[in-house]
Amino acid sequence: MQWVPDNVPRILEALGEHLLLVAVSVASAFVISMFIGVWSARRPRAFAVVIAVTGVLFAVPSLALFALLIPMLGIGVVPAIVGLTAYSLMILVRNIAAGFQAIAPEILDAADGMGYGKWRRLREIEFPLALPYIIAGVRIAVVSLIGIATVAAYINAGGLGAIIFEGIDQRFPEKIFAGGLLTSALALTADYSLTRLERAARPGGMRAP
Amino acid sequence: MILTQAFEWIFANWETFLGALEQHLLMCAVSLGIAIAISVPLGVTIARSPLASFLAINFAGALRTIPSLAILAIALPILGIGLVPSVVALIVLAVPPILLNTCIGVREIDPGVVDASVGMGMTRMQRVSRIELPLALPAIIAGIKTASIQVIGGAALASFIGGGGLGDFVTAGIALMDMSRLLVGAVPIALLAILAEILLSLLQRALSMPDNSSSRDAR
Repeated sequence: MQWVPDNVPRILEALGEHLLLVAVSVASAFVISMFIGVWSARRPRAFAVVIAVTGVLFAVPSLALFALLIPMLGIGVVPAIVGLTAYSLMILVRNIAAGFQAIAPEILDAADGMGYGKWRRLREIEFPLALPYIIAGVRIAVVSLIGIATVAAYINAGGLGAIIFEGIDQRFPEKIFAGGLLTSALALTADYSLTRLERAARPGGMRAP
Repeated sequence: MILTQAFEWIFANWETFLGALEQHLLMCAVSLGIAIAISVPLGVTIARSPLASFLAINFAGALRTIPSLAILAIALPILGIGLVPSVVALIVLAVPPILLNTCIGVREIDPGVVDASVGMGMTRMQRVSRIELPLALPAIIAGIKTASIQVIGGAALASFIGGGGLGDFVTAGIALMDMSRLLVGAVPIALLAILAEILLSLLQRALSMPDNSSSRDAR
C-alpha cells in the first residue's frame, strides 16, 4: 500500500469530480422529473406509459448509452452528465409520480373544498405528502449513479473511475482497489444518510415504497 | 449516415460480429446460470434463519454498492485476463439480487401456509419444492431480471479485462474514433438489455397472482 498515501490529493480531486458529476446530474434530473411526475400522476394512461418507458430505458447498459451519445456530443464531461441525467430521470420520474399518485383523492377534494388554489394545493398538501417517495427516489438515483459514474471515466469525464481504468491499464491492483472501495464507501454513505432523511420526512405510520 | 455504415461493417465482417455476439451471450448465460444455481438454494436454506438471512441481506446489499466496473477490474489482478475472470466477476454481480429476492420472497410467505404444510405431514424437501419455491417464484424472477440487466451491462465492460464480447467494438470504436464501429457494439448491447427486461417483465407478470404482493424489484 504505497500508492494511496502518496496520492491523497489526486484521490481527493477524483472524488470531487465524481461527486460533481453525480450532483449535477441528479439535480438536473430532479427538476425535469418534478414536472413530468406531477403531470403524469393524475393521468393514468400517461403514468402507465411513463412507467413502461422508464423501466425499459433504465435497462440500457451504461457503456452502450455513453457510446450512443458520442456521435452527437463527443466525449468529456458534457455527454457524461447527459447520460447520467438520463439514468436518474428514469428512477426519479417513477418515484415522484408514484408519490403524487399515492395521495388519497379525499385529501385533494378536502383541499379544493377549503378553497385552495391549484398551486397552493400542490405546495402545501401534495408536496409534503409525496416527500418521502421523492427522497426515496433521490436516494436510489444517487446510489445508482455513484456506481454508473465510474464508467463515465472511459469517455474522459474523470472521477473515481479514472483511477480504476488506470489500474487496469497499468496492471496496478492497488489503484483498482482504491477506486472501487472508495466508490462503494461513497454509495454506502449516501444510502445511509438519505435513508435517515427519508425516515425524518415520513409522517407517523406511513410507509414509503 | 453512420447507421448504414455500421450495417455495412456488420455484413462485411459477419464472422467477427457473430463471434463477438456468441461470446457475449455465452458469458451472460453461463454466469447467470451459475449464479441462479448458487443463490436460489442458498436463499431458500437461509431464509428460515433470522440471523443468517440478516447477514446475507446486508452482505448482498453492501456487495451491490461496489460498481460493476470495479468488480470486473478486481478480477484482473486475481484471475488474470480472458473469459474465465469475466465470468467469475459476472457471477459476483448476479448473486446478490437473486439471493436477496429469494430470501425475501420465502420470508414473506404467510406462516399459516407453512404451518399447514407441516400439519399435512410434508417433509422439508416437499415443503421447499411444493410450497416455498412456487410461492416465492415471482420474487425470484424479479431478482433474476435485475441480475440479467446487471450481467448484460457488465458483460459489455468485460472487454476492458480481455473478456471479449460486443464491448470490443465499443472500445475499438472509441480508440479509433470510428462512430460506425461504436454503434456496431452499442446498439446490439442496448437491444439485448431491453429485450431481457421486456421478456422477464412479461414472465414476472404472468407468474404473479393478483393478490400476491411478494414480487419485489430489488433494484
